[in-house]
Amino acid sequence: MSQSSIDLPPKGGFSFDLCKRNDMLTQKGLKAPSFLKTGTTIVGLIFKDGVILGADTRATEGPIVADKNCEKIHYMAPNIYCCGAGTAADTEAVTDMVSSQLRLHRYQTGQDSRVITALTLLKKHLFGYQGHVSAALVLGGVDITGPHLHTIYPHGSTDTLPFATMGSGSLAAMSVFEAKYKEGLTRDEGIKLVAEAICSGIFNDLGSGSNVDICVITKGHKEYLRNYMEPNPRTYVSSKGYSFTKKTEVLLTKITPLSERVEIVEVAGEAMEE
Amino acid sequence: MTFTVPIDNGDSVRIAEEESQRTLYPYVTGTSIVAIKYKDGVLMASDMGGSYGSTLRYKNIERVKAIGKHSLLGASGEISDFQEILRYLDELTLNDNMWDDGNSLGPKEIHNYLTRVMYNRRNKLNPLWNTLVLGGVKNGKSYLGMVSMIGVSFEDDHVATGFGNHLARPILRDEWHADLSFEDGVKLLEKCMRVLLYRDRSAINKLQIAKITEEGVTVSQPYSLKTFWEFSSFHNPTAGAEGSW
Repeated sequence: MSQSSIDLPPKGGFSFDLCKRNDMLTQKGLKAPSFLKTGTTIVGLIFKDGVILGADTRATEGPIVADKNCEKIHYMAPNIYCCGAGTAADTEAVTDMVSSQLRLHRYQTGQDSRVITALTLLKKHLFGYQGHVSAALVLGGVDITGPHLHTIYPHGSTDTLPFATMGSGSLAAMSVFEAKYKEGLTRDEGIKLVAEAICSGIFNDLGSGSNVDICVITKGHKEYLRNYMEPNPRTYVSSKGYSFTKKTEVLLTKITPLSERVEIVEVAGEAMEE
Repeated sequence: MTFTVPIDNGDSVRIAEEESQRTLYPYVTGTSIVAIKYKDGVLMASDMGGSYGSTLRYKNIERVKAIGKHSLLGASGEISDFQEILRYLDELTLNDNMWDDGNSLGPKEIHNYLTRVMYNRRNKLNPLWNTLVLGGVKNGKSYLGMVSMIGVSFEDDHVATGFGNHLARPILRDEWHADLSFEDGVKLLEKCMRVLLYRDRSAINKLQIAKITEEGVTVSQPYSLKTFWEFSSFHNPTAGAEGSW
């Protein structure tokens, strides 16, 4: 039995190997590539029978709107959904990963997933990467212990709240919540308040825009209302439709097979390498 | 009689030599001001706090002052610069009174003067570190405008400075309408100030609301807002998530 080297399992968490190289490159004047951010307004609130999540649908790359109608409310489990703000790739990847982990866990335990399970898996991952995974999440769901709403910050800290907002439009949305939230809202009141908060973000924050997505989760039932509100339609669309005059004309319909015009020479030994 | 305008002599020369001759950062600061036009004039709300960095050092600072007969000036930012601006405006109104021709400076004139002062100082890289809100009524017309420390100046039906930009403006844009009554106006301002109290770390629960109409200026006594902390999830926040916070 060899005793020379013990094979250690690969350690998780962030590998800082390339940081020195990146530092050197930025000092030499190389600009780091920008990320596709979701510059966002995401909100959640707890109402009488469960949780309502809301999000806008604009994804930005610096000053440009990269996606006018992206989906920021991610599926985690049949009874748990998660809104994501920050770097789009990070929110997508981290929610997908935890969603798979939850499914495997459901197969193993034979029970419905709980919101704190998703919470713990997410915060463990984000803390391990020390904030470099730039995902700010609003996690909501209804499980056997009741409705839950949590916020998760990129560095891994979490809050448990009756109403929450994240993203660049969070202050605009939070001002609506702080002024109007009450306990024991009905489903329609809750949806109206969430839509109002997202609209506040859409119209007062430049990083948020386009449409409102809503997801209502209650015990044993969920409703994903994609594009619940579309307060930014295209303004001037011609009712006649668009027609473009034909600028090309057919001159000739005679077909000349090219092999008659071309000499094909077989060159041995220089065929394309496989 | 020459019209005095405050200028700094030879600042542009000295800047190269002594950094200590210009404002680099603020020290004692006031937080947001929120103001709206209403039926009879202008309402302006501010809290009475002066922060020294992250310490709440002064809790009795009046950040809204009457200027002449027709205007109200509210300031957020460096308090000492606000006091300097009040001195300049004193000189201005004094000189204007000495003409003794029955004319008095209205809000539009004061706003213009302040814009010139702020922009001039900014061009010398030595700003007065304030965002000013100028409201007033003259000859039946209400006026509400804002000047920032870099000289950006504009008029509007409702304005907010500092954190109020992010927290109060969405509410004002949604709920302000022309011809608000006095009670509705105060309720709207209190709604904004309450959200600021919850979410701005440098806000304190001691505010004043100032009113200006054709009759004149009234600044209310300081009072506090009622806050609500009785959400059931605040009582036991980790009920469903043992071990978290």
